[in-house]
Amino acid sequence: MHHIDPSLIDWSRAQFALTALYHWIFVPLTLGLTFIVAIMETIYVKTGNAWWKKTTKFWMGLLAINFAIGLATGIIMEFEFGTNWSNYSWIVGDIFGAPLAIEGLMAFFMESTFFAVMFFGWDKVSKRTHLLSTWLVAIGSNLSALWILIANGWMQHPVGMHFNPDTARNEMTDFWAVVFNPNAYTKFLHTISSGYVLASLFVIAISSWYLLKKRDIQFAKRSIMVAASFGLMVSLFNLTTGDDAARQVAINQPMKLASMEGLYKGKKGAEIVAFGLLDPSKTLKDNKDPFLVKFAIPGGLSLLSYHSFDAYVPGIEDIVYGNKAHHIMSAAEKMQQGKKAVDALKAYKEAKKAGNAQEAKAALNVFEANSKYLGYGYLDSPEQTVPNVPLTFYAFHTMVGFGTWFILLFIIILYLTMTNELHAHRWVLWAGVWSLPMGYIAQEAGWITAEVGRQPWAIQDMLPVGMATSNIASGSVMLTFWMFAILFTALLIAEVKIMATQINIGPKEADHV
Amino acid sequence: MFNALTTLQLQEYWWFLTALLAALFVFMTFVQGGQSLLWTLAKTETQRDIIVNTLGRKWELTFTSLVMFGGALFASFPLFYATSFGGAYYVWMAILFCFIIQAVAYEYRKKPGNVFGEKTYEVFLFINGSLGIILIGTALGTLFTGGHFIINEMHLSHWTTKTYGLEAVLSFFNVAFGFMLFFLARLSAALYFINAVDDASILSRARTVLKYESWIFLILFLYVAGSILTMNGYTYDPKTMVVSVEPMKFLHNFEAMPAVAGMFAAGVLSLLAGLYMGAYTQSDKGIWPAGVGIVLTVTSLMLILGYNHTAYYPSLSDMQSSLTIENSASSRYTLIAMSYVSILVPFVLGYIILVWRAMNREKITADEVENDPHHY
Repeated sequence: MHHIDPSLIDWSRAQFALTALYHWIFVPLTLGLTFIVAIMETIYVKTGNAWWKKTTKFWMGLLAINFAIGLATGIIMEFEFGTNWSNYSWIVGDIFGAPLAIEGLMAFFMESTFFAVMFFGWDKVSKRTHLLSTWLVAIGSNLSALWILIANGWMQHPVGMHFNPDTARNEMTDFWAVVFNPNAYTKFLHTISSGYVLASLFVIAISSWYLLKKRDIQFAKRSIMVAASFGLMVSLFNLTTGDDAARQVAINQPMKLASMEGLYKGKKGAEIVAFGLLDPSKTLKDNKDPFLVKFAIPGGLSLLSYHSFDAYVPGIEDIVYGNKAHHIMSAAEKMQQGKKAVDALKAYKEAKKAGNAQEAKAALNVFEANSKYLGYGYLDSPEQTVPNVPLTFYAFHTMVGFGTWFILLFIIILYLTMTNELHAHRWVLWAGVWSLPMGYIAQEAGWITAEVGRQPWAIQDMLPVGMATSNIASGSVMLTFWMFAILFTALLIAEVKIMATQINIGPKEADHV
Repeated sequence: MFNALTTLQLQEYWWFLTALLAALFVFMTFVQGGQSLLWTLAKTETQRDIIVNTLGRKWELTFTSLVMFGGALFASFPLFYATSFGGAYYVWMAILFCFIIQAVAYEYRKKPGNVFGEKTYEVFLFINGSLGIILIGTALGTLFTGGHFIINEMHLSHWTTKTYGLEAVLSFFNVAFGFMLFFLARLSAALYFINAVDDASILSRARTVLKYESWIFLILFLYVAGSILTMNGYTYDPKTMVVSVEPMKFLHNFEAMPAVAGMFAAGVLSLLAGLYMGAYTQSDKGIWPAGVGIVLTVTSLMLILGYNHTAYYPSLSDMQSSLTIENSASSRYTLIAMSYVSILVPFVLGYIILVWRAMNREKITADEVENDPHHY
């Protein structure tokens, strides 16, 4: 095809990762806090108790601060598909563009229209219309997540399309297959429920801090009650959706699963690592134990992946070098077929241009026979199919470990709240405060697991990132990377400072938030 | 329903929807125009608060219109998305920068502990309202004048200049287009304030802006419209798809599509009527004829750009790489699927109008802003 400057690929990835990681600091909180605020306002409308209105307004004020910067970082993500992934935009735009457009139409307009009512409409519309607007903002933001995760789910598990050699792109053949892609739904449910968990942690952390400072006691206790109940429910749901998501990864992205678990050699009854330290000197085929230390549950990974203690789980080396006993084709064989497809596509285009129908037909036949592995034709070596194993492994285990802790925390807090003993257990309150940064780390770790774990693919097994970038100078991307890095960091600092100031002011001043 | 349409009709339908979105976005840039007028119309802190809070209830709709415009282009004309955004890189990045700083400015401006101070966020609003709009206008101008790109046999594009789109500012037409949009945004903002704000001094200054800046806008508009009608355009043979230059192509397009020409004329007249009402009468309703005029005018300009076998994004590096609605569109299947989704558009417009009416029932006053628990 053509040679792409490796530093361009790295800077393009870095810029997208920077934007996504910053964006993902803010979005999960919005996803969850909109619902918590809607629940609180519902209590206000049902009971007529003005205290709940004040509480709603306080959390709504914090939501607005977070919402704004989420929008700021969100707009650039959509356009970066064009600016930095121009080849991608053509090669899969026929499929990928649709969910983005539907997201805009179904979700963004709903959010932005009713957001104005939610914040400025208290005295302009009836109580019930206002409540409806708040719920529509919550639904709109979650609908937005649905469509973007349908798009992302398709990148992880492409379905409902075929490659058209005349246009040299993938074209949609089944809209409903794209919409009901099982990978998208497990990702959606897992992602939004993790957002709800974060929002619950957010409310608990701030309320715990008030209790530790012995201020706004009633406000803090009631807020904690709502957040811990909501948090426990959604964190248990998050656990089950995580299980579903892992199964989808096992079926569609076995390399990602092997990297998440540091599994180099496949086996039956594969263990799941609860805790482990990877040997940094480990390389493919060196026969060294990948772990310096580990605590593992026998058969756990087989059970998680295939619902059977004895199931075979392929390792990284099996996927790279193949395993005939388990009918796993090597990456080298796939590359061979892929290169045939690449050459045949080129020959087909040349024959068509020259008006040679017979040669075109012959080339097309070769292409069709090998097109399944077209993406592999753009790789330089089989080892390129391996993502960054330590990063994927540690990110996954951080996410799971923290997620388990959050369930425990919600149970403890809920129990102590119901027995009215929470304020007497300061360590629990401090745990509530410190769990908030852990929640943010878990969110980012989840993104890293999902996205780093599928490298080098922009579209799983179909389009490597090296083939997906725009054809621009790497220096230009480097320049904009630093521009956005500085801007996002400055805005994040402002956001945190404003948020901290508002929290310090507290709900007593909620009417002035 | 949509299955009965030909592929070309589907492409034309999607070009119409894209044109309509562009037109609605241009109308909604009254938010940006208002931001650029912040220090012109407001002389006290309270007045600045009134301006910011009036615009603050609408800015997200403008923002969403821009995002939706991008999403619709991606879904329906992905080759444009790939070619222009991935090629005219610096221009689009500069535009994005201007919109990122806007998104936080409203919320953070008055908040204690905002690190950079109120003035910084007002400067952000001004940059978005001036540079952001001028750049968008300049980028839209390149739809008429072209860009330096080449598309290879695999439909992958690359830009041929190392300035990645910044060279667009060397075209007087493009820059004039940008400034025309800038002044249009300021005028529609002045009309919107007259409609939505109850503050005598702001209204008086808004009418003064309309009296003077309408003339600047009209001069720019006459230059841009005159240039479009007399410039060379790029046409293509629908059978061979070969692109060639056609003198006065856009004038010919108006002749070939009298309904579009009528839409353009009605749009201009309606816009002028709105400007007149704002500048020379005491009416507060000028925003509506002006708004309808903007939507009709921009839609008609977009239609002559893409319809009647016209290359809507000419390549200055390789004429045959020029983009048309036929060679840059999504597949027939995707266009049909998305056309069914587009049935939602009237519902979305419906609830936007309902909410707009509910929120704008009463004019914004200093009292309301200062007593609003969530004022910006």
